[in-house]
Amino acid sequence: MKAGMQKNKVRSAVRATTDHLVTGLAILATVLVVAPLIAIFVYLLYKGASSLNLAFFTQGPKPEGVAGGGMANAIVGSGVVLAIASILGIPIGIGGGIYLAEFGRGSHLANAVRFTADVLNGVPSIVMGIAAFALVVVPMHHASAFAGGVALGIMMIPTVTRTTEEMLLMVPHSVREAALGLGVPNWRSVLSITLRTASPGVITGCMLAFARVAGETAPLIFTALGNQYFSVSLNQPISALPLQIFIYSASSYDDQRRLAWAGSLVLIILIVLAVSLVRYVAGRGILKGAS
Amino acid sequence: MGVGIEVTNLNAWYGANHTLQDINLPIPANHATALIGPSGCGKSTFVRCLNRMHETNPIAKVTGSVRIGDIDIYTDASPVEVRRRVGMVFQRPNPFPTMSIYDNVASGLKLNGFHHRKALDEIVERSLKSAALWDEVKDELKKKSGASLSGGQQQRMCIARALAVDPEVLLMDEPASALDPVSTSKIEDLIFQLKTQYTIVIVTHNMQQAARVAEKTGFFLNGRMVEFDSTHKIFTNPSDKRTEDYITGRFG
Repeated sequence: MKAGMQKNKVRSAVRATTDHLVTGLAILATVLVVAPLIAIFVYLLYKGASSLNLAFFTQGPKPEGVAGGGMANAIVGSGVVLAIASILGIPIGIGGGIYLAEFGRGSHLANAVRFTADVLNGVPSIVMGIAAFALVVVPMHHASAFAGGVALGIMMIPTVTRTTEEMLLMVPHSVREAALGLGVPNWRSVLSITLRTASPGVITGCMLAFARVAGETAPLIFTALGNQYFSVSLNQPISALPLQIFIYSASSYDDQRRLAWAGSLVLIILIVLAVSLVRYVAGRGILKGAS
Repeated sequence: MGVGIEVTNLNAWYGANHTLQDINLPIPANHATALIGPSGCGKSTFVRCLNRMHETNPIAKVTGSVRIGDIDIYTDASPVEVRRRVGMVFQRPNPFPTMSIYDNVASGLKLNGFHHRKALDEIVERSLKSAALWDEVKDELKKKSGASLSGGQQQRMCIARALAVDPEVLLMDEPASALDPVSTSKIEDLIFQLKTQYTIVIVTHNMQQAARVAEKTGFFLNGRMVEFDSTHKIFTNPSDKRTEDYITGRFG
């Protein structure tokens, strides 16, 4: 009897220790995940915040050696290129995801599409830039904002497709049956019921893809090329934040290197703002209490 | 107004599994008909053949004829047309989770391109009243999500949703099996009122429920229909020994 109680005491002590140990490991892992993000952000604030001023957001680059200037043209350029990329990449990506989850389930074509998407996801971004160069820049005979948008748009497709597929597959079968049972045609049920039910996850996927390509530099080198002047033309070379940061970071002028730090800070803040804004707007359309 | 259903030589398969064998059954208009039998006997498959939901499963197959009113649903109409005439309420409430109560009820019409605002308002109100839910939800129709209602309310909302497209037949596949006794009795009262306007086919595991709501009862066993008669006869003096064994609780 007494021996048994003794044994129980030992066991519960072991159990408590294990519990603490595992909790501790989980906390450690969390810190390790969050720490780099915070470190990067703090370092960018330290290096870049001092160079942020009104001119940064209103002026374009100054000639080399001249102090001042900003990245207004690069911010606008990033906006233009990302808009083109989203207009191309998101509909194609969502369409592909719908095909994989709803219409092509189990077919050879669907398996091929899924495999292609996974491979595309792993293609180095510089290769994507060369591909867009061959597909768009060569036929057009010059670099352009459109070519940059195509390169980034293609990069968005696999992420959007695969998350859309996963999210659609998570919609319960009973919800599809409810729509079909009402005499709703299948295509309508897919678009208005299944996709709508999955929309929070699909939007998250789109935002992930967007945030990823927003910081891409390599695909833009051959396609958007960069531009020292203010431009919104789709047909002309255009600047973009990552490109400008890339160019300035290698500059021999202190002033330009400081601008590169500031640009990095602004790029991160703009991505966070864009993602939050889309989530907020999308979240308002969906009823509270709905899961 | 409800219409009668005439089922002739109906056979159904899931893959190689012959789940329904030679079913012949006349279902009377504007009455409630109950289908009873042990799990896996084919009664759910049977109702799913009455609105062509069975064939949404890629490995499913059907032969035979089902006449609803004056049309054969397998030769004279598309599945979509059939399902508009033959509404269905499922075992578990399945509201559209992103929609308000109003949109849930109006969904069948809206998704088929009907957007007349005033008419929709009237239809939603009428359907919710028919489903005995109006008084409980009328103040937050457009504010509250359909998924935030209680299970019993959700099921009545699903009934309202089925009624809103104005079907002639209402199929109910164990509509109260996931509900508590109070909600169950509300659904049963509802079936009593609805059968004056619709032909109702209800699958149930609960024999008292069949006895309470249905004029006719069919007993299914192993994919065949053993006996079909007035509910009173089935429960007091069945002709088949297997029916008697089942209703007296000797198996199943």
